[in-house]
Amino acid sequence: MTRYIRHAAAFCTLLLLALLVNASRVQILRAQSYDTNPANRRTTIARYHQPRGDILVDGRPVTGSRDTGEQLRYERTYPDGLLYAPVTGFASQVYGTTLLEHTEDAVLSGTDPMLTPFPLWNDLTRAQSRGGNVVTTLNADAQQAAYEGLAGRKGAVAAVEPATGKILALVSTPSYDPAVLSGNSAATERSWARLNADPDKPMLNRAVRQTYPPGSTFKVVTMAAALDAGVVTDVDSTTDSPDPYTLPGTRTRLTNEGDGCADAPLRAAFEWSCNTVFAKLGVDVGRADMVATAEAFGFNETRLRIPFSVAPSTFDTTVDKAQLALSSIGQYNTRATPLQMAMVAAAVANGGQVREPYLVARTTTDDGDTVWTPGARPVRQAMHPSTAVRMKELMEDVVTEGTGTNAAIPGAVVGGKTGTAQHGIGNTGTPYAWFVSWAQGERDLEPNVAVAVVVEDASADRGDITGGGVAAPIARAVMEAVLNS
Amino acid sequence: MTNAGTTVATADPPAPAVRLPRRRGIELALIVLAVLLSVYGYCDVGLAKHGTVPPGAAGYGAGLGVLALLAHIAVRLRAPYADPLLLPIGVLLNGLGLVLIYRLDLETPGDRAAPTQLVWSTLGVTLFTVIVLLLRDHRVLQRYAYVCVAAALVLLLLPILFPAVNGARIWIRVAGFSIQPGEFAKVLLAVFFAAYLAANRGALAYAGRRIWRMQLPTGRVLGPLVTIWLISVGVLALERDLGTSLLFFGLFVVMLYVATGLTGWIALGLLLACLGAAAVGGLEPHVHTRVEDWLHPFASIEAGQGPNQLAQSLFAFAAGGILGAGLGLGHSILIGFAAKSDFILATAGEELGLSGLCAIFLLYGLLVERGYRAGLALRDPFGRLLAVGLASIVALQVFVIAGGVTGLIPLTGMAMPFLAQGGSSVVTNWAIVALLIRVSDSARSRYDGEAAP
Repeated sequence: MTRYIRHAAAFCTLLLLALLVNASRVQILRAQSYDTNPANRRTTIARYHQPRGDILVDGRPVTGSRDTGEQLRYERTYPDGLLYAPVTGFASQVYGTTLLEHTEDAVLSGTDPMLTPFPLWNDLTRAQSRGGNVVTTLNADAQQAAYEGLAGRKGAVAAVEPATGKILALVSTPSYDPAVLSGNSAATERSWARLNADPDKPMLNRAVRQTYPPGSTFKVVTMAAALDAGVVTDVDSTTDSPDPYTLPGTRTRLTNEGDGCADAPLRAAFEWSCNTVFAKLGVDVGRADMVATAEAFGFNETRLRIPFSVAPSTFDTTVDKAQLALSSIGQYNTRATPLQMAMVAAAVANGGQVREPYLVARTTTDDGDTVWTPGARPVRQAMHPSTAVRMKELMEDVVTEGTGTNAAIPGAVVGGKTGTAQHGIGNTGTPYAWFVSWAQGERDLEPNVAVAVVVEDASADRGDITGGGVAAPIARAVMEAVLNS
Repeated sequence: MTNAGTTVATADPPAPAVRLPRRRGIELALIVLAVLLSVYGYCDVGLAKHGTVPPGAAGYGAGLGVLALLAHIAVRLRAPYADPLLLPIGVLLNGLGLVLIYRLDLETPGDRAAPTQLVWSTLGVTLFTVIVLLLRDHRVLQRYAYVCVAAALVLLLLPILFPAVNGARIWIRVAGFSIQPGEFAKVLLAVFFAAYLAANRGALAYAGRRIWRMQLPTGRVLGPLVTIWLISVGVLALERDLGTSLLFFGLFVVMLYVATGLTGWIALGLLLACLGAAAVGGLEPHVHTRVEDWLHPFASIEAGQGPNQLAQSLFAFAAGGILGAGLGLGHSILIGFAAKSDFILATAGEELGLSGLCAIFLLYGLLVERGYRAGLALRDPFGRLLAVGLASIVALQVFVIAGGVTGLIPLTGMAMPFLAQGGSSVVTNWAIVALLIRVSDSARSRYDGEAAP
């Protein structure tokens, strides 16, 4: 019997070995694939197990976390959600993340390996770093001023610091409160459905994700191209510009809103925004130079990240002369995001140099140690510095005596350009009111803010929709906020 | 009482067994260690979940310590030569089980199982003490073989009179406690098998006709055995408790083999098992689902219905990795239903890791090995078969449920000995350890198996 007992014992040993081998298989060999299985809730639980890091504006958090006590423990809160939604985006337990919440997710959620004290430390200890913070370049006052200026009308504001590319304000209205999407309840689902069905598209970030025909504000680019290309040498001499202007190769006649544009000198044409003069000027500059300048300003750039992606602004490169004429006054296929137009104004203010705009000043650990800074941003010469000096002059004139007087700030040098962009089939859509500008404080060496405002107000009377009337006061409020801070 | 140690064995084959050292001091030291480990685990859970030592830690430690000490004193008094490892292993596994259940209780505030489990553990240790104190010689049990089998059948049949719980008719509810009588039947059946096979093993092996290379026993000998086995398996099939059915069958085959040494029995047994499995797997939808789940644990995920229990269990084991998440820091509660009972091992796997899981497996392995060792050392066939049978119950049970929750074999509901929530199971396992203590005491004392002590 002893032998048989030993056999039975050997059998039991086999069973034990099978268990041990299988446990190793499950816990080591297959662990990776089980851990990353989308149905495995552990990753999600771990993600929401600690408070998410915050996004800071002027040193003050514009986000927060709330302990719900549920399985997915911490939920995102936004004390000033409507105001900062175009910057923060949302961080939802159901619908994922967008904008800064998305691009900076690794830091905010604590998974960024740079947050650990030592390399591989967390892998060893199975600890999770506390969520880091994202410090933005925004100016809270400017953001507030832009949001209040838009006053619920459909539109957007983008403001940058010309010398650095820091984004000072990024507002899109109508906005939404991202907090309603944070959780995982039925209410979250309803909010999601409601926001998506809203015809006003509150979740659309109009400042960077929507392109508009820039209209007359694009004349800044056309003018710069003409000066750079040497097509114009004296902005005060009369031009050979018929009014109305027949587009080359067509019978379409282009007219102006006002009178006195025939053969007007460029300074006056710029001040009073003569379409005929600039359409012809664009044709005179030629397609190649127009495209080169427009692209130097940032048009047709598809890879811009601030750090979230920006819809590419476009200037058609395959136009004939008639189309070029229209493109040069910001119509036809010319489209720009408000941020792009702020970059145009910033280039003028910054001696012709375009600084790539950015939104994140640095990211830090939970206790404030810097993890990452953007470093030097790429710079591009959009126009010759001397051209920039003359452009500044022209833009100042627009504010002192032209269409943009509403943007004037006592005690500061302000340059601007209005725009009223028509759109829709046969230009039947309500025009967009544009204003792009920059401002330099009395005691400052260089302009410290460039701003672009667009208002697409469907309810307004057509006559009122002019950049100078609707958009310029908003730009002034934003510039004042920056100059005063 | 000299401490003989490893005395030189005499050359004569029928030499009297060597009297071995008692090793009660070692047993006590190991028990203290087991209690300390359990208390440490208990505190660890509290620290991980709430940052403080749980208020009941001292009480829990004291309770477990007193229970273990009682058992130890009983062993010291009445089984001084018993194997010193059996009791500490039981205490450690039971303590660890309480820690794991307490840990899962924190996730389900409305359903606290640890206090009940502690009550059952107390009952189990009491039963252990009673058995060790009252059962002076295991051979007494041989006389009650038929009483045992009758009791086992009654226990197996009893739940049929009660309503089904979770699809299986294996529980009866008495005064708020749910009891699984099938658990007790295991020990009784092991006793019966041991007694019956010990008495008839000669007849089983050598009488009867010979067909090809197989020795067929006479019907008179085999009849009762097959009848008992058929009834127990039939009852279990009616009650839909596959795990226990598998356990009985395995126990029967192992004991039959050990008693007779006929490999033909094993072959026949395996063949019958395969046929039965195929038939049941094809006919019974409940079983068919289990097999499908085993083959494709993630099928429900692909079907968009979310992970099933087995998938959640595998996720839990995977999350543990080598070192584990730490007590109280895992999410094995995602398994949902039966996380504290059938799937308790997943919590151990996730929070203690592969290292902890292997330690637990090796503890069971050690327990089984000590049982087999006692079987080898004994001289009387009943004792040997009883020791092997009891150890095999533990081994098979661990394999069936651990293999099930780790995806090695199809999942069948069964309690992890000592670890899992379930009063009847804990009490039964303490009875098994008590019997092993009694048997090993006989094996290790100067007892040659010939004369009555």
